[in-house]
Amino acid sequence: MPASKDSSVIRWHIVVFLAPAVLVYTAIMIFPLFNTLRLALYTEIERERVFVGLQNFYTLFGDPIWSDAFWNALGNNFWFFFIHMIVQNPIGIVLAAILSHPRLRFAHFYRSAIFIPTILSFVIIGFAWKLILSPIWGIAPSMLDAVGLKSLYAPYLGKEEYALTTLALISVWQFIGIPMMLIYAALLSIPEEILEAGECDGITGLSAFWKIKLPLILPAIGIISILTFVGNFNAFDLIYAAQGALAGPDFSTDILGTFMYRTFFGFQLQLGDPHMGSAIATAMFGIILIGVCLYLFGIQTRMRRYQF
Amino acid sequence: MSKSKLGLALLATSILGATAAAADTTLTIESWRNDDLLLWQNKIIPAFEAANPGIKVQFTPSAPAEYNAVLNSKLDAGSAGDLITCRPFDASLALYEAGHLTDLSALEGMANFSGVAKSAWQTDDGSATFCVPMASVIHGFIYNKDAFKELGISVPETEADFFAALETIKEDGSYTPMAMGTNDQWEAATMGYNNIGPNYWKGEEGRLALIAGDQKLTDEAWVAPYRTLAKWGAYLGDGYEAQTYPDSQNIFTLGRAAIYPAGSWEISGFNSLVDFEMGAFNPPVQNAGDDCYISDHTDIAIGLNAKSPNAEAAKTLLNWVGSEEFAKLYANALPGFFSLSSHDVAMEDPLAQEFVSWRGKCHSSIRSTYQILSRGTPNLENDTWNASVNAIKGTESPEDAGKRLQDGLASWYTPQQ
Repeated sequence: MPASKDSSVIRWHIVVFLAPAVLVYTAIMIFPLFNTLRLALYTEIERERVFVGLQNFYTLFGDPIWSDAFWNALGNNFWFFFIHMIVQNPIGIVLAAILSHPRLRFAHFYRSAIFIPTILSFVIIGFAWKLILSPIWGIAPSMLDAVGLKSLYAPYLGKEEYALTTLALISVWQFIGIPMMLIYAALLSIPEEILEAGECDGITGLSAFWKIKLPLILPAIGIISILTFVGNFNAFDLIYAAQGALAGPDFSTDILGTFMYRTFFGFQLQLGDPHMGSAIATAMFGIILIGVCLYLFGIQTRMRRYQF
Repeated sequence: MSKSKLGLALLATSILGATAAAADTTLTIESWRNDDLLLWQNKIIPAFEAANPGIKVQFTPSAPAEYNAVLNSKLDAGSAGDLITCRPFDASLALYEAGHLTDLSALEGMANFSGVAKSAWQTDDGSATFCVPMASVIHGFIYNKDAFKELGISVPETEADFFAALETIKEDGSYTPMAMGTNDQWEAATMGYNNIGPNYWKGEEGRLALIAGDQKLTDEAWVAPYRTLAKWGAYLGDGYEAQTYPDSQNIFTLGRAAIYPAGSWEISGFNSLVDFEMGAFNPPVQNAGDDCYISDHTDIAIGLNAKSPNAEAAKTLLNWVGSEEFAKLYANALPGFFSLSSHDVAMEDPLAQEFVSWRGKCHSSIRSTYQILSRGTPNLENDTWNASVNAIKGTESPEDAGKRLQDGLASWYTPQQ
């Protein structure tokens, strides 16, 4: 009975080959994640860690001081994401469409130039843009002045009404290379035959883009959207580098990441509270999880795919 | 170059320390002031060792941002130095309550310090003092003397003079009246609210009444400074909303602004940058002849590790920190960090002299939010930053800001409920 003999043998090589990845991933990802979730259920009373169940979450959502800050951060986060979506996707598509044009010269140069900000550190981006937009030393006021639009200039990063949108646009500027590359790759993978077949049916130029290319790159845009969603709701660095942990002016740029940082590690005279911080981190995890699930089950499964 | 010198100096002290240890007691000082390493090695330690043969001292600072964490783990592991440099208020109080710091109330040298000086390193009821105060920073306004001369402005005594001076500078247009931005927020509270505020709440009187719950942040004395700050907005430079702390420093040191709301810690930095003459004035009073109050904020102190095996030698050093000799050495090496002792310390730097002279004519107080009141959530200090910025920008009325802060404080602080 060779079959039963096979199944009784433990295939050690599978375990051995999986072990390094599983161990490393468990140690540095899964364990800290669940430990954070666990930490959210405790609090510190008289220097002792005490289990309090969901008390931290009641405080976070029930106490107006905490919940106002939380909803403000969540609202800002959605606005941050919204700006990304409406600016980065159209620009990404346009850039990719231009780059994939067969008669464009220096395409490689443009591609690299547009992609470079993506590999720069947030700190550099934050400080560079702070300087560019600075009312005192910045080039933005004088450039606008040179074209007679000085009246459009405002200290954008210092005004409640503009600061978050400005930061979102800076973030788009930094990461525009990624949607551009993904859409560019999707555009390149569209076979010539389909476009030629369309041409035979009289679909050329712009209508070829709307009717043939766009439907074919929609899955790529879906992936970009979900990556942006996860990235935006985990964002922290740019706001911290540009506006500091208090996410000024008047918390108008406070997003979940900065709110969590302030709570967890403390700030100035405020001592850190790892337990409330973990509660916020857990809420962030939940929000991202729900968002990703909505995408995976609500959109991804319904998306039409074309096989060539 | 300076790094290798530093390395050599470190090497030299460690070798010397090791050889000397056989006969002498060696004290180790934990500190976050790594900027002061050479000052300790070249000036303070030699002076102490010359006066106290048989005791050797090592100054072993760590990075400021890491200090609290490093110190806590060293204390828990029992490997911390004999002497601990103390941060003001809650950070050190927590160490004392955890049994890491010794009660120094009975120390002889303590007699040289006033109650305000010691308040940052005392238990809430003032019964135990656990660190010897070393230095404070004083708030006020630094101004460009050349600009004042050019525009014929004299140093303002009252608030009316102050705003008249700002108006004159603004009308002339060659200088930004006042260099301050609201981007980083803390300047608005530290150099704004807590700079001018003591004149309104009468320094310690109001501060202690607030802690006791006898005054509220909605009282006129605590709201009025916001009303005054609201008038500042018109005299800060264009786009001050996005102006950062380094921006303000640069604008002033480049000679583009006439007045700089300051802390005395700026003195040594500014001295090396400006090519005009600087002066300083204390926060103007509301009416001529009023008593003046200044923020003379306790910043740094030194305490004794409860587990130190060399407690006697350490106490010798702590007593010496309270002496006139130490006060003189420290204040002259670091102009802008003023001795907290009641000794009359002669300082060479004219700007530092000007700052410290206010102690003679005004009443000293510390920042209103630092003691006890910033323990809870929401954090009063952080809220004050935000409220001060809002006041300057005019996005929140002074009364609303006072009410918001009072509600926040009352939500966790029992005496205010």
